[in-house]
Amino acid sequence: MLDHLKETDYGTPKRESTQEVTLTIDGEQVTVPEGTSLMRAAMDAGVKVPKLCATDSLEPFGSCRLCLVEIDGRKGYPASCTTPAEAGMNVRTQRPKLQELRKGVMELYISDHPLDCLTCSANGNCELQDMAGVTGLRNVRYGFDGANHLKDKKDESNPYFSYDPSKCIVCNRCVRACEETQGTFALTISGRGFGSRVSAGQDENFMDSECVSCGACVEACPTATLQEKSVIWLGQSEHSAITTCAYCGVGCGFKAEMKGNEVVRMVPWKDGAANEGHSCVKGRFAWGYASHQDRITTPMIRKKITDPWQEVSWDEAINYAASEFKRIQMTHGRDSVGGITSSRCTNEETYLVQKLVRAAFGNNNVDTCARVCHSPTGYGLGQTYGTSAGTQTFKSVDKADVIMVIGANPTDGHPVFASRMKKRLREGAQLIVVDPRRIDIVKSPHIRAAHHLQLKPGTNVALISALAHVVVTEGLVDETYVAERCDPKSFNEWREFVARPENSPELMEAVTGVPAAEVRAAARLYARKGNSAIYYGLGVTEHSQGSTMVMGIANLAMATGNVGREGVGVNPLRGQNNVQGACDMGSFPHELPGYRHVSDSTVRASFEDVWGVTIQPEPGLRIPNMFDAALTGSFKGLYCEGEDIVQSDPNTQHVAAALMAMECIVVQDLFLNETAKYAHVFLPGSSFLEKDGTFTNAERRISRVRKVMPPKAGLADWEVTVRLSNALGYPMHYTHPSQIMDEIAALTPTFKGVSFDKIDQMGSVQWPCNDAAPEGTPTMHIGHFVRGKGRFIITKYVATDEKVTRKFPLLLTTGRILSQYNVGAQTRRTPNVEWHSEDRLEIHPHDAEDRGIKHDDWVGIQSRAGDTVLRATVTDRVAPGVVYTTFHFPESGANVITTDNSDWATNCPEYKVTAVQVMPVMQPSAWQQEHSRFNRVQQGLLSAAHEAGAK
Amino acid sequence: MSITVYVPCDSASLAVGADRVARRMAEVAAQRGVDITLVRNGSRGLFWLEPLVEVKTSQGRVAYGPVQSGDVAALFDAGFLMGGAHPLCLGRTDDIPYLKKQERLTFARMGVTDPLSLDDYMAHEGFMGVRRALEMAPEAIVQEVLDSGLRGRGGAAFPAGIKWKTVLGLPATQKYVVCNADEGDSGTYSDRMTMEGDPYMLIEGMVIAGLSTGATQGYIYVRSEYPHAINTLNEAIRRAEAAGYLGRNLHGSSHNFWLEVRKGAGSYVCGEETALLESLEGKRGIVRAKPPVPAIAGLFGQPTVINNVITLATVPLILARGASYYKNYGVGRSHGTLPFQLAGNIRHGGLIEKAFGVTLRELLYDYGGGSASGRPIKAVQVGGPLGAYLPESQWDLPLDYEAYAALGAVVGHGGIVVHDDTADLSKLARYAMEFCAIESCGKCTPCRIGSTRGVEVIDKITLNQNRVQQVQLLRDLCDTMTHGSLCAMGSMTPYPVLSALNHYPQDFGLAPSDHETA
Repeated sequence: MLDHLKETDYGTPKRESTQEVTLTIDGEQVTVPEGTSLMRAAMDAGVKVPKLCATDSLEPFGSCRLCLVEIDGRKGYPASCTTPAEAGMNVRTQRPKLQELRKGVMELYISDHPLDCLTCSANGNCELQDMAGVTGLRNVRYGFDGANHLKDKKDESNPYFSYDPSKCIVCNRCVRACEETQGTFALTISGRGFGSRVSAGQDENFMDSECVSCGACVEACPTATLQEKSVIWLGQSEHSAITTCAYCGVGCGFKAEMKGNEVVRMVPWKDGAANEGHSCVKGRFAWGYASHQDRITTPMIRKKITDPWQEVSWDEAINYAASEFKRIQMTHGRDSVGGITSSRCTNEETYLVQKLVRAAFGNNNVDTCARVCHSPTGYGLGQTYGTSAGTQTFKSVDKADVIMVIGANPTDGHPVFASRMKKRLREGAQLIVVDPRRIDIVKSPHIRAAHHLQLKPGTNVALISALAHVVVTEGLVDETYVAERCDPKSFNEWREFVARPENSPELMEAVTGVPAAEVRAAARLYARKGNSAIYYGLGVTEHSQGSTMVMGIANLAMATGNVGREGVGVNPLRGQNNVQGACDMGSFPHELPGYRHVSDSTVRASFEDVWGVTIQPEPGLRIPNMFDAALTGSFKGLYCEGEDIVQSDPNTQHVAAALMAMECIVVQDLFLNETAKYAHVFLPGSSFLEKDGTFTNAERRISRVRKVMPPKAGLADWEVTVRLSNALGYPMHYTHPSQIMDEIAALTPTFKGVSFDKIDQMGSVQWPCNDAAPEGTPTMHIGHFVRGKGRFIITKYVATDEKVTRKFPLLLTTGRILSQYNVGAQTRRTPNVEWHSEDRLEIHPHDAEDRGIKHDDWVGIQSRAGDTVLRATVTDRVAPGVVYTTFHFPESGANVITTDNSDWATNCPEYKVTAVQVMPVMQPSAWQQEHSRFNRVQQGLLSAAHEAGAK
Repeated sequence: MSITVYVPCDSASLAVGADRVARRMAEVAAQRGVDITLVRNGSRGLFWLEPLVEVKTSQGRVAYGPVQSGDVAALFDAGFLMGGAHPLCLGRTDDIPYLKKQERLTFARMGVTDPLSLDDYMAHEGFMGVRRALEMAPEAIVQEVLDSGLRGRGGAAFPAGIKWKTVLGLPATQKYVVCNADEGDSGTYSDRMTMEGDPYMLIEGMVIAGLSTGATQGYIYVRSEYPHAINTLNEAIRRAEAAGYLGRNLHGSSHNFWLEVRKGAGSYVCGEETALLESLEGKRGIVRAKPPVPAIAGLFGQPTVINNVITLATVPLILARGASYYKNYGVGRSHGTLPFQLAGNIRHGGLIEKAFGVTLRELLYDYGGGSASGRPIKAVQVGGPLGAYLPESQWDLPLDYEAYAALGAVVGHGGIVVHDDTADLSKLARYAMEFCAIESCGKCTPCRIGSTRGVEVIDKITLNQNRVQQVQLLRDLCDTMTHGSLCAMGSMTPYPVLSALNHYPQDFGLAPSDHETA
C-alpha cells in the first residue's frame, strides 16, 4: 500500500567521470564511473547495503556504520558510503561478521529510541524501522533504563513540521541538507557525544532560527523526527502523482501524496529536472489555499457591482456572460471586448483564452500578466538572439565560473534555483550583484559577492553601458566569437557607441552612484576567460528602459562570448510558474503562438485553416490600452482568467476607474480577488491540483500538471473556456487538455514534437522540440544564434521621467519576499503569514532619522499617483535615498503609489522606480479607508449570495 | 664577570614555583652585589627535581634541585654560583644518571638553551637541518625523511615520509603543513615541552616540511590548556620571521613559509587529524570519513601534511645528521627514539628519550624508581587513555610498535601512567568508557551511544546485576566499537576496557581465568 513512497535511494550522489572501474560485489561484476561509492556501485550490481546516514541527495558522511563491508586485502570493515570503488576490488556486503556488527549498531540505536512504531507518524515510511528489520534485531540487551533522550521536548514552532528530538538518530542528514541542498546553514548539531542534538540556530526553536522552512531537512529525515504536521494529522498517503508546482518560474516537480482526494503532503520530486528533489516553503508546504474556505465553488452573476451576487448554475453563468459579450459587441463594435489570461494558468488554458478572443470575439484584444513582468525579455532577446526565452537550463549554473545577478533576488523569488546557485558559489564561482538593495545573496553563509554594484533605481542602462565600455576599451571582447557569430555591422556600431567617453564608468558614476573602480573590476571579472552567466529578474524589465536593458545584457554576453554553451548565457528568472508558457502561447495582442506576428499572413493562414475563422491582421489592445480604452468608453467587456489586475497592475486608482467604467467583467478565479470585486460574472476556477495541463518554466521546460482531485466547482478551467466559447457561438470540441497541446504542436514549429505522451516519457522537455531536436533543447544558440547572426543594439541611457524632486525626494522600488507570492491570494491563505503578515516599507536609518521615523512606525508614502500607509522597517539593506516595499497584501496599496510610466517597447510598467515622500502618520490613507469600506461592502454582497444559495 | 644561572620556564617548573625562585635569585644577587645572568631555560624533564636550578661553572653546568624560593639565600651562602656543596646539589647535570643514560636526539637541546634565543639555538646545531634542506631538491628531502624510518609520533605511527611524498606529488595552488599540538593523552607532555623549551626546532621542522612539499602556509593547532606553549610559539614565530628564518625569502632563499598558531577549543577528538582540520577550518571538531586522506584533501580541501609536534621536531636532526644516523637507533621497524613520558604513581616521573626497544620494566624501575607510594605496581597504561593496561607479565617486552600491537596494546605517543596495587581495574575500565562518552564527537553511532552504554554495562557488572550476561554484552559492545567506529576514539576505547577485564577479572568480581592471570 505504501510502495509509492519508496523511491530508489542509491545512497550517495551520482559521480561523473570519463574513467570507469570494474569491480566485484558479492560475486557480481559491476562497472561504474570512477569516484562512485561502493554503496552506489552495489546498487548497480543489484545489492542493497543497509544504511541510515547515507542518501543519494547528500555527500557521504560515514556516521551510522551500518553500511560496513569487507574488501579483500584490506583490514577492517570500511564504510561502503565513503569508500570509492576501485578497479579489481572484491567486495562482500553480506557476511556473518558484518551482520553481527550491523546488529550491534542497531541495538545501540534502539536503546535510545521510543518503541512506539505502531503509533508513530512515520510508521510504514521509516528507514530506522526498515533497518531494524534488515539487521534482524530481536532484543535490546541494554534495557531502557539507561541514559536516553526519550523525554526531550518537541519543537512545534514551525507551522508545517515538527521536530521531535526523542526520535532523532543524529544521522546529520537534516544538517547536511540545510547546508548542501538549501545552503542556509540554519541547522547544526549542538553538544557532543551522547548529548549531540540537532539544533536550529543557537539552540533556538525552528521558527526563531534562520530556518527558511524549505523542507529539505524534513525530506532528508529517515525517521519521524522531522515530520510534516499534515502527515501527523492525516497519516501516510496511499497513492501519489507527479505534478508541477504552481508558484514561481522555477517549476519544481512535486509528488502529490494523496489519500483519496485529499493531499497529505507535497514532496519534491527527485527526478524533477528543474529542482532535483529540492523545494521551498511555498511549493512544499503552502498548498492549503486550494482547500481554503474562501474558495468560491458556485458560479455567480450580478447586473451591477453594487448588487448582491447571485449563485447560479454553470450554464446560467456562462450564457449570461456570453450574452453580455455579444450585446456589447453588437452595441460598441467587435473590438469593445477582450480577454486577459494569466501566467498562473496552464499552457492549454492560455492557448484557449487567446483562441477564444481571436476566434469567438474575433479581435486580438488578448494580453497576459507577462505584460507587467517579462514582456521586455521577450522583446529584447527576440531582437538580439532571435528567441524570446532564456538560453540555459538551471543545471547550467553548475558550470559557471562567474555569476552576475541583476535585478533579481533569487533567495526570495526563486529559492530553489538560488540554492543551486549558492552551491556553485560555495564551490568557488565568483558573484557580482547589481541591485539597489543589499539582498541576501550579497552576503550569506559561505558566500560573499565579489562586487555589489548598488546602483540608483532606474539607472540600469547607464550601468550596463559602463560595463560594456570597460569590455570594449580594455580589450576584453571575445573577438573570435564575435567575428564568427555576430552581425559585424551592428557590432561595430555598438562598439563605437559604448566606447564613447560618456559611457565610461567614470562619467556614469554620477548617474548610477556606483564607484567607477567597482564597475571596472566587475566588468573585468565578468569578461575574463571561463564561463560567465547572467541571471536577471524584474529589476531589469520593470523600467521605462526595460527592453533596452535586456538588450544591453544580451550585447554584453555576446561581446564576451558568453552565449551558446553550458555555464554561460542570459537567463531571465521568470516570476510566475508559466510566464514563459503564457508568452509562448500567443497571449499577446500582436503575436500568435510561437511569437509570430499577427500581421504575417502565412502564419495567420495556418491558424485560420485549423480554426476555421478569419484572424484580424492588426494587433489588439495591451492591458494598459484596455484600461485607457475603457475610460474613453470604447472597451466595455473583459474575460479575465486567473489574474488580479486591480492589485497587481500599477496605479490602482486608474485601474479601478477603468473597471468601473465597463459593462461586463467576467472573472474566473479561485477567490473573490480584488478584480472580482468589480466583476459581473464570477466563474469558479480550479487549482493546479484539479486539472491536467502543462507549465513551461524559465528554462523553457514543459512539465505536466496532473489532476489529483476533481475540480471543486465541477469544471476545470479549460472546460469553462470551452463552454464560454461554445456559448459565444464558436464551438470547441476538446475532451482532454492533451488534445489542446496536440493542436499547439501542430501549429507551432518550436512545439512540433511536444505531446503529453512525450512529456510523460521524458519527465519534461525543453522547447524547441521538433524534428531537429526531438528530445528538446537544453541550451540555446549552440553554434549559431537562432536569428542567424547575433545582433547588437545600441542602448542609449535615457533617464526615466520619474525623477526625485524636493516634493518627492526618495525613490521607491518594489519586490517580493520568500514566504509570500505576488498578490498573495494563495500564500495569504496559508500559515506562510506567520513569516510575513504585512507589507513593510524599508527605509535607510539616515532617511528615517531625517523624518523622525522609528522602526515599526506608521508612515505615509506619497507619490504623484497616490498615497498609502505602511509600517516602517529601518534598515541599511536599502541605500540612503531609496525605499522598498513588497506588494503581497491588497490593503497595502503598493500599486496605488506606482505610476503609469512603462517600458517604451512593451508597456511593461515601471514598478521599480517611483519618486515618493515618506512621513510619519497617524491613520491609514484616504485610499486605504475607501478600500476598506469597498471591501466590506463587496464581502457583504458575497455573503448575501452564499446565504441565498444556502436557502 | 657575570655568572649564568638557569631557572626553567617550563610549565612543570612554573607549577612548583620556578618563577618565585627566579625572582628570589635576582633579589638575593642584587642584595649581595653579585652579577648573575638569569636564563629561563626549558626543563630537563626530571620533574621530581623541579625547579631544577643550574649554574654554569668551569666544570660544566651544576644542578641543584628541587629548589624553593626559601632555599635561595642558603644556596648563595653555600657558594652555589661556583658549584658549591649544598644538600640540594646534584652534581654536574650531565652526570645525573637519569639523564646520562638517555639517548637524547630530539630533546638534545631541551633544558640546555634559552627557548627563545635564536643565538642559543644556532649555537646548538639549530637551523643545520633547514640549511641542508635548502640545498636539496624537494624529492631528496622527502627521500631523506622516508629513509630515516621516521613514523608519526602522535600515536598512529604512520611513516611521515609517505604523507610528505603524497603531498609533494599533488598539484595544488595552496598546500599546507599542519602541526598537531593538541596533546591530550593522559600523562603526556613531550609536545608541550618541545613548544615551551625548544620552539625553533618545531618551526624548523615545519619549514622543512614546507620546502619538501611546496606548502607555504603552516598552522600549529595547540590545545587551549597550553597557554605558555602558545605564548612561546607566538614569540618564537615573531622573532624567527623578524630575523628572516620564516616568512618571505626565508634564510635568504627564494622560498616562503608562513606560520600561525591556532588555539583549540577543548576537545580530545580534535587531536584526531581530520577533526583537527575541521576545527582549524572553524567548524565543529568532528571526524571526517577517510578517504580522502588529508595528504590528498586536507585543510580547506587542499593537500596537507599533518604531523605531530615530535614528528616535525625530529626532522631537523634527520636532515642535519642524515637519515641513517637516525635510523640506526631502534629495533625492528620502529626506528629512532621516542620521548617516553613517565607519569602517575611513580617516584621519578619525567621525560626519557630512548631508542625503541627499551622495556617497560627498565623505564619503571631503572628510571622511575618504582611507585611513588612505595607499593607494588599493579598495572601500567601505555599510550594514553586509549592504550591498554599492561600487567607485569608484559613488562619485559621491548617497546616497539609491532611488538605492542601483537599484544593488543599500543605505544602511542609514549605516555606511561602507573598504578599501584590499590587500583581497581573495573573502575579504570569504567573510566575509559566514561572518558570516551565525554570526549566522543558524537558523529558515529558505536562511539556516540556505545560509550554511554559501556559505562552502564560496567556498572551493572560491578553491581553484579546479571554479571555473566553483562560481561558478554560488554565484549560484544567492545567488538562493535572496535570494528564499527569511525576513528580511534571509539575503536580503541576497548583497549583499556578489555585489557582490564582480561588481565584483572577479579576486579570485576569474576574468577581469575587460567591463562590471563595478572
